[in-house]
Amino acid sequence: MNDIVIVDGVRKSYDNGFEALKAVSLNIREGEILALLGPNGAGKTTLISIICGIANASAGKISVGGHDTLRDYRAARRLIGLVPQEISLEPFEKVINTVRFSRGLFGFPKDEAHIEKVLRQLSLWDKKDSRINELSGGMKRRVLIAKALSHEPRVLFLDEPSAGVDVELRKDMWRVVDGLKRDGVTIILTTHYIEEAEAIADRVAIIAHGEILLVEEKAALMQRMGQKQMVIELQVPVTEVPEALHRHSLEMGPEGTLIFSYDTRGERTGITKLLSDLSAAGMVLRDVQTRQSSLEDIFVDLVRKDA
Amino acid sequence: MNLNAVRAIYIFEMTRTFRTLLQSVVSPVLSTSLYFVVFGAAIGSRIDTVEGISYGAFIVPGLIMLSVLVQSVSNASFGIYMPKFIGTIYELLSAPASFIEITAGYVLAAATKSLIIGVIILFTSFLFVDISVQHPFWMLAFLVMTCLSFSLFGFIIGIWAKNFEQLQLVPLLIVTPLVFLGGSFYSISMLPAGWQTVAMFNPVVYLVSGFRWSFFGSAEVALGWSLLAIAAFTLACVAVIGWIFHTGYRLRK
Repeated sequence: MNDIVIVDGVRKSYDNGFEALKAVSLNIREGEILALLGPNGAGKTTLISIICGIANASAGKISVGGHDTLRDYRAARRLIGLVPQEISLEPFEKVINTVRFSRGLFGFPKDEAHIEKVLRQLSLWDKKDSRINELSGGMKRRVLIAKALSHEPRVLFLDEPSAGVDVELRKDMWRVVDGLKRDGVTIILTTHYIEEAEAIADRVAIIAHGEILLVEEKAALMQRMGQKQMVIELQVPVTEVPEALHRHSLEMGPEGTLIFSYDTRGERTGITKLLSDLSAAGMVLRDVQTRQSSLEDIFVDLVRKDA
Repeated sequence: MNLNAVRAIYIFEMTRTFRTLLQSVVSPVLSTSLYFVVFGAAIGSRIDTVEGISYGAFIVPGLIMLSVLVQSVSNASFGIYMPKFIGTIYELLSAPASFIEITAGYVLAAATKSLIIGVIILFTSFLFVDISVQHPFWMLAFLVMTCLSFSLFGFIIGIWAKNFEQLQLVPLLIVTPLVFLGGSFYSISMLPAGWQTVAMFNPVVYLVSGFRWSFFGSAEVALGWSLLAIAAFTLACVAVIGWIFHTGYRLRK
């Protein structure tokens, strides 16, 4: 798969010395859904703003579809659609006019059929002649999406699409995202909801304190999450894995404990065998604990380590 | 050149203008009519003539200029300030459009609105005073050039302004005094010699003079100077806007 967006060493620092982004590099593959996951203030919106041309980077290079976003900004930006986090719309304008405006602004010729398609897709067709200030918050968010889709983007940025959105709209949005993906559109969404990343992303990038900490296939992350560990505390602590238990995947844990890793999704976890081997070796259990790493654990772990 | 972007901005802005056309037009027309009644009829009846022209007629070009300048600055500054204020500026900044296209869209729309108002005031003045236009082509040319150059100026103000107060400040503190002191209601030659020299630094003097020439065929400064002054002012504004978009001043974080 080709990389459609290449972010290379992008930094953003402010006059007061604050570094919003610290040499971020990230390759986004064509046609994928990438979730940019991170806590508030991690630099997600800053990164998106720089890619889209709303903010200037202090250093680094970005290309979109092979076009440098500064030198060849017209070609690069024509490929991009942005749905901002904040609802920013002209309050007295009609829905359809703001959507037409976006298409024209991005240099596309008038195409009423496409505008109708987009508005219908987002259940906005009935509201096309309503003024923006007559719409509910959820409807306004749909208008923002419609504006971005009006100019047929190849790369769509959704900045916190679920912020303040009801269940119905979230489902609608995911359906739209799904349809776009089938059309080959690359989608980057920022979120601080892990479930959202889990539900729709192909890959997950974790960002905190202006750094990308991890980029991984969601499946691989899930795999990690499927791993479970059993901590075995013995009556008499050991200093190394006993000879008799070498065929089990055991590691030494802290304070003479043994740690057994297993896959919960496997047909056999091997727990029964291990326990019978333990008793055969004459070892007496004091306590047993199991723990599972969720995406949340991985996330919290990474973010904490970085802090 | 992204002409579709220019067209989109222009249409969007003109829709906004027509949505509020009544209120945009009523107030300048009303205030100009009041000027005609007060200066033209009441005070003007006691003034003989200025440079051989009845006072009522003499002030027509100045009054039109007054409205057109104030309207151009406020239309254009408001036009670009609003996206900044409500946040829709994100779309302009992320669009595949250069500063030339974005500026052209907003400035052309603001200038069109001012031009419409200027023409309406011109026709209103026909109701009050007996006046004829000697050089209609030049009259229109001056009107268009003024609308454009001061809309460019207003566009800069709109980007510079951080709040609504600042947005009002420049038209109030700079544009109105310049117009009043620029010979809208009197001939520069009526001023004491020292003030005449000072007046020559006021760009509006050149605009009003050129515009008045197109009506009556007589001017205080040579026509060439008037044209040069407008051209210089326009170029200065374009240069500032170019710099703004290049550096992202008050636009890009």
